[in-house]
Amino acid sequence: MTPALKPWQAALASTLAGLALWQAVVMATGLPRFILPAPGLVAQTIWDNRALLAEHALVTLSEVLIGLALGAMLGGLSAIGLAASPLARVLVRPMLVFSQAIPVFALAPILTLWLGFGLGSKIAMALIIIYFPVTSSFFDALMRTPRDWLGLAQVMGASPARIMWHIRVPAALPGFASGLRLAAVYAPIGAIIGEWVGASRGLGYLMLLANGRAKTDLMFAALITLAVLTLLLHAAVNAGCKRLLDRPDR
Amino acid sequence: MGHGSESVTLTSAPALHLSGTARIGSDTIFSGLDLVLRGGEWTCLLGASGVGKSTVLRLFAGLGQHITLDGCCRASDGALAGRVALMAQDDLLLPWLSVHDNVLTGARLRGERPDHTRADVVLARVGLSGHADKHPADLSGGQRQRVALARTLMEDRPIVLLDEPFSALDALTRAQMQELTAEALQGRTVLLVTHDPGEAARLGQTILIMTPTGAHPVAAPPGAIPRAIDAPEVLQAQAALLTQLRTST
Repeated sequence: MTPALKPWQAALASTLAGLALWQAVVMATGLPRFILPAPGLVAQTIWDNRALLAEHALVTLSEVLIGLALGAMLGGLSAIGLAASPLARVLVRPMLVFSQAIPVFALAPILTLWLGFGLGSKIAMALIIIYFPVTSSFFDALMRTPRDWLGLAQVMGASPARIMWHIRVPAALPGFASGLRLAAVYAPIGAIIGEWVGASRGLGYLMLLANGRAKTDLMFAALITLAVLTLLLHAAVNAGCKRLLDRPDR
Repeated sequence: MGHGSESVTLTSAPALHLSGTARIGSDTIFSGLDLVLRGGEWTCLLGASGVGKSTVLRLFAGLGQHITLDGCCRASDGALAGRVALMAQDDLLLPWLSVHDNVLTGARLRGERPDHTRADVVLARVGLSGHADKHPADLSGGQRQRVALARTLMEDRPIVLLDEPFSALDALTRAQMQELTAEALQGRTVLLVTHDPGEAARLGQTILIMTPTGAHPVAAPPGAIPRAIDAPEVLQAQAALLTQLRTST
């Protein structure tokens, strides 16, 4: 049924199909442009506002990247700490699980109150939203080190710290990588929520601004910019992880 | 093959003694065991699955944290810790390290300076000089087990525990590995846990059959190890061992 399409051909085809559907809905329903702008108009808006979009995208991107870096670092260290210490597991794990019961969205106003309207509160949001997936997927992988490797290392006279560094961590890197791939998609969500609650810059702020002025086409333009940004980030993280894991496993 | 660079002083290989009753939780694994491994020799431990052979090995290896031993487990001249090397059925190579670095795993794990020159010598000893930069995934099963042997030799311990290290290999590779290992580990106190009567007949200077009532010595065929696989005494001993294994279970 499907001829062998290259990934980019498939992506292009599905994008075109999506745009066609969008255009068809606009034409069939005759919705006014402030409710649903046509794809052509949004494209025009993106082009006309490219400097504005780039400026705000840069702000959101830096929030996301800093949040991602900090979240990966903190999540990685937490996972290693939890894997190394049974006491930490007993004390900290219930806290982590409980923290997941708090909707991150509900934290945004508090973070804005504490950290202000600048970058800080958005970075914190991105960090909080990715911390758990990174920690938990790395931790699970760290706890799955083959037992016979651990036995051999023990016979060789290795200390727990060296076993962690030379065997458990390298063996668990694929788990860390899958956490990072999730994080690349989640981090922009955190940053945008942060911007909605209170900001003077960023794509989330721009969307609210456009919404308030009934500039629906600009809202769509910001949304599409954000989606493209997220896709690029995911692709970059994916490529980075592939390099990190460029080793003959099995 | 000579054993020049890897020979050890015979006096440094102690006899081993394990006796008593072992439990894991409330299950008794063996009881009334009295096992002596002669220093500097190969002892083969045969027996049905579940009779406690692995438990014996784990106790000697110092991996018996979950085992309660009511008895003693020691070397004739003192403690066991730090004097044991282990080689198992699974080669346990780290897939992300090269062959050379896998041979140096022990030094790396102890935080010692890796002796690269000696690693090269040991790799040559097992016939893998040209493969040092490859990764385990690029090797055959037999080659991987050779790397595991090189890693064991690199540890240079007087006591070596072998947990069915040849059982996953094809017949030809297994015979070659048996010969290589027997030559390379000469002079050390070796415990070989195996299912294979033929292997015990080739490699055992002492052969023990483990049953729920203890470890029973069986006469080993004459001659230095590794014995020829097709020698009449070896084949006879293999047949006799098989019969005894059948009646003991």
